[in-house]
Amino acid sequence: MSQQSFLDVKDLRIHFPTDDGLVKSVDGLTFGLERGKTLGIVGESGSGKSVTSLGILGLHKGGRARISGEIWLDGEELVSASPEHVRGLRGKKMAMIFQDPLSAMHPYYTVGDQIIEAYRIHHDVSKSVAKKHAIDMLGRVGIPEPTRRVDSYPHEFSGGMRQRAMIAMALSCDPELLIADEPTTALDVTVQAQILDLMRDLQREFNSALIIITHDLGVVAELSDDILVMYAGKCIEYGTTEDIFYRPEHPYTWGLLGSMPRLDREPTERLLPIKGSPPSLINVPPGCAFHPRCPYAELTGGKAGTEVPPLAETEGGHLVRCHLDKAERRRLWENEIKPVLETQ
Amino acid sequence: MTENEPLLSVQNLQKHFPVHKGLLKRQVGAVKAVDDISFEVFKGETLGLVGESGCGKSTTGRLVTRLLEPTGGKIVFEGRDITHAGQGSLRPLRRDMQMIFQDPYSSLNPRHTVGAIVGAPFRIQGVKPEQGIKKAVQEILELVGLNPEHYNRYPHEFSGGQRQRIGIARTLALKPKLIIADEPVSALDVSIQAQVVNLLEDLQNELNLTYVVIAHDLSVVRHISDRVAVMYLGKIVEIADRKRLYSAPMHPYTNALLSAVPVPDPRARADRERIRLTGDVPSPLNPPPACRFHTRCWKAQEICKTVEPPLEELAGGHRVACHFPENAPEVPAGSAGTPATA
Amino acid sequence: MLAIVSMATFAIFFLVPRLAGATAEGMASRYVGRTATEETAKLAAERLGFNDPLIVQYGRYVKGIVAGAEYDYGAGVEQCPAPCLGYSFITRQPVFPDLMNRLPVTLSLAIGAALIWVLLGVGIGVLSALRRGTVFDRFAMIVALAGVSLPIFFTGLISLQLFAYGNPFNWAAQGGYYVTIEDSPARWAYGLLLPWITLAFLFAATYARLTRAGMLETMNEDYIRTARAKGLVERKVIVKHGLRGALTPIITIFGLDFGLLIGGAVLTETAYSLNGLGKYAIDAITNQDLPKVMGVTLLAALFVILANLIVDLLYAVVDPRVRLT
Repeated sequence: MSQQSFLDVKDLRIHFPTDDGLVKSVDGLTFGLERGKTLGIVGESGSGKSVTSLGILGLHKGGRARISGEIWLDGEELVSASPEHVRGLRGKKMAMIFQDPLSAMHPYYTVGDQIIEAYRIHHDVSKSVAKKHAIDMLGRVGIPEPTRRVDSYPHEFSGGMRQRAMIAMALSCDPELLIADEPTTALDVTVQAQILDLMRDLQREFNSALIIITHDLGVVAELSDDILVMYAGKCIEYGTTEDIFYRPEHPYTWGLLGSMPRLDREPTERLLPIKGSPPSLINVPPGCAFHPRCPYAELTGGKAGTEVPPLAETEGGHLVRCHLDKAERRRLWENEIKPVLETQ
Repeated sequence: MTENEPLLSVQNLQKHFPVHKGLLKRQVGAVKAVDDISFEVFKGETLGLVGESGCGKSTTGRLVTRLLEPTGGKIVFEGRDITHAGQGSLRPLRRDMQMIFQDPYSSLNPRHTVGAIVGAPFRIQGVKPEQGIKKAVQEILELVGLNPEHYNRYPHEFSGGQRQRIGIARTLALKPKLIIADEPVSALDVSIQAQVVNLLEDLQNELNLTYVVIAHDLSVVRHISDRVAVMYLGKIVEIADRKRLYSAPMHPYTNALLSAVPVPDPRARADRERIRLTGDVPSPLNPPPACRFHTRCWKAQEICKTVEPPLEELAGGHRVACHFPENAPEVPAGSAGTPATA
Repeated sequence: MLAIVSMATFAIFFLVPRLAGATAEGMASRYVGRTATEETAKLAAERLGFNDPLIVQYGRYVKGIVAGAEYDYGAGVEQCPAPCLGYSFITRQPVFPDLMNRLPVTLSLAIGAALIWVLLGVGIGVLSALRRGTVFDRFAMIVALAGVSLPIFFTGLISLQLFAYGNPFNWAAQGGYYVTIEDSPARWAYGLLLPWITLAFLFAATYARLTRAGMLETMNEDYIRTARAKGLVERKVIVKHGLRGALTPIITIFGLDFGLLIGGAVLTETAYSLNGLGKYAIDAITNQDLPKVMGVTLLAALFVILANLIVDLLYAVVDPRVRLT
């Protein structure tokens, strides 16, 4: 623990006992994040990316979940802290933006009331002061006529406006850590672009640490400094955005890149999908969880199905969880994967 | 492939949903979900229909398959006018025209086995395949990449991608000529999307299918389509072959859409020229007059608020509805209007 | 609203006599007394207009409600001032004042019981939802199931046995005990305690189950997660966000239940011999006193319609999404 980041997650595990067995939603996750930086967490459904974010906020469901590991936020450990203490930090020091702003806002209260509530939880001010603050926040996230719109109900807003209001609510207490869980998935393309721009600008303005959770590699490429790729509750690759897009070393990351039709390149005849489906978290394959879908599994000499590969550094903070030899991975990427992706 | 004879021809199609209000439920207006659109689909091709929510793309799909009754216009399928065909005459039509739905979870009956689901079209239409229904179904399952031995399993035993394959198998049972796919991959994980996209393409080549693919994802549409129509608030604003539309879009809205798609290339993010539209799509209940895009368009002039631009062919097969198109043939590419925002 | 009320009167006017199997002479003979001859009965029927077309009779009935009526049955004239809901020739009383006399009893019963069942039902429902699967939850739901399934004449008699007749307790009044609230609030409450509890037990059970289901649903909503993410204390998350969301269907049901109840809590009033509207209705039916039956039915219908209207208005207050559409 020589140097500590602003946010330091160490060996985080969140397990849910169910009737069918233990669901290991997050299974030994470690990462750090500084103020003013953006981390993109990428993964498919069931990869544990959303549970991670809820775990950091202490919102993972109730008494049944088993959480272990450490979450250090600005020098404070949260896993062992009292729930009441973590509650006090929620909304103030760390805040969250959710995927669907329509269902994430209470339909019976005005947008203003909901922002006012968020502000007054952590600030002992009168309603009128809080309302001024709410109007100010709505203006800052680009909602026209904020003095009038503050009294509107969520259903009276369009999708994009609602997400702006949601962001205003999350930022109302000037949090130092902001987690956005699929913030643009429910929005139209042109509105998504607006919201991404807004988040980029606001992050610069507030200098907060931002975690953006998404399945869309395009979105992380637009916003992130670092990227963490999750598969079946584990980090399988971690590196700078450049690392992940230009020097990816994990076959799953290659698969994600090959699965995406891209607008910025000439269309190929065929996409390069990953075979099979993401595993169920109750029945995670033994060894490397990805091995049943991995085209290179046989190159590991049987280790893929028996041993969990360690998350090892390949170069300058770029971490990969793969049994393949480093040189072999690079050869595959340079000779087999990259040429096919580039011709796209 | 007969180029000049369209398989499906849609002319001035309209669908207005009446809006009722008050105690006596008087009609106070109409949502013009689809307002006077025309297009053709030729045999063996894929037409992509893109647009944001509320643009009428899904309604168009439902009108063409006659799940909805058109308010006006004409739908011609294989030279036959089916605009107002009754239930009886629609039955044979349903064999030739099938629909794939977005949600692989709710579009399959959880109480029926895969065999029953995929075999249902045979029973409904009274078709008896020579090798027997079970054999025929198993052949189709194999065709879409499912294990034929899973004939007796139930939908919940399958993953999302596999369920979408079941859905596709069902549509293929009667060897349709035209398949309308409404957001076929948007509910699926990225890695699964690619599998299904590839499957749709393979099936097209193998069975000489014709597709209309409705989607909001411009990358998917580009990948899969031969021609693409862009819709905005119930209108087609631009239609062209894929290459033209994506490399030299003429309608400002198409430009904005393409520019808005996040590109998975971090180095490109700094030097990309961006067009940022302000505001959201207006309500289709009360769309702006004349050119419906003028409220969000950076090139809009007086004329855009008063005269509706017709959908005109400006280059070979490239039709656009705009008073001030970009990349138009007269103007050399590049010098056309620069976006106001960057 | 007015349209629905007039439709209801119309339906009642045409249906009730038909269902009771009354004929013109039959009705008239009741008016002139048992000793009357057939001729006088016929004469009375003629005078009272029982042989007129139904629509004319209906017009006269409505006119009576608005302007009052006189009943000339040959042997004399009876006054029935507006609003005249008919005149009972058995008790020789206009129906309306009778109803007004009975209303406070039913109203006292309904309001008191409603207060208890809402507090109890919603409270238990919320607690059950939050402690889902615990012993408390299971026990509460078993009791609730009993409450829903046991009929009032059973629970009523049992509670009378247990609490009023001194085996083992003697806390509450026995049947038929009613003191108006103006006379003595304490004795009023004492007299109504058992009926309240009996009635509330039935409803509280339904409400507890409803609230529990509603709470379980709303506590899974995304906006609850948002409220927690803001750092709101759990108690406020539950009350301000959870309960508020779950309350809407309960308000609807409450409005309808309450409206129905002030038209007469028939079983409870009978079990405790309380002279409310419910008992009035039962007595009128047993005596085949048609004007009374019609009057009390009309009043009950009015309450239900009124409750519906209030629920609709309340709905708009509770759920802003219904306001503009």
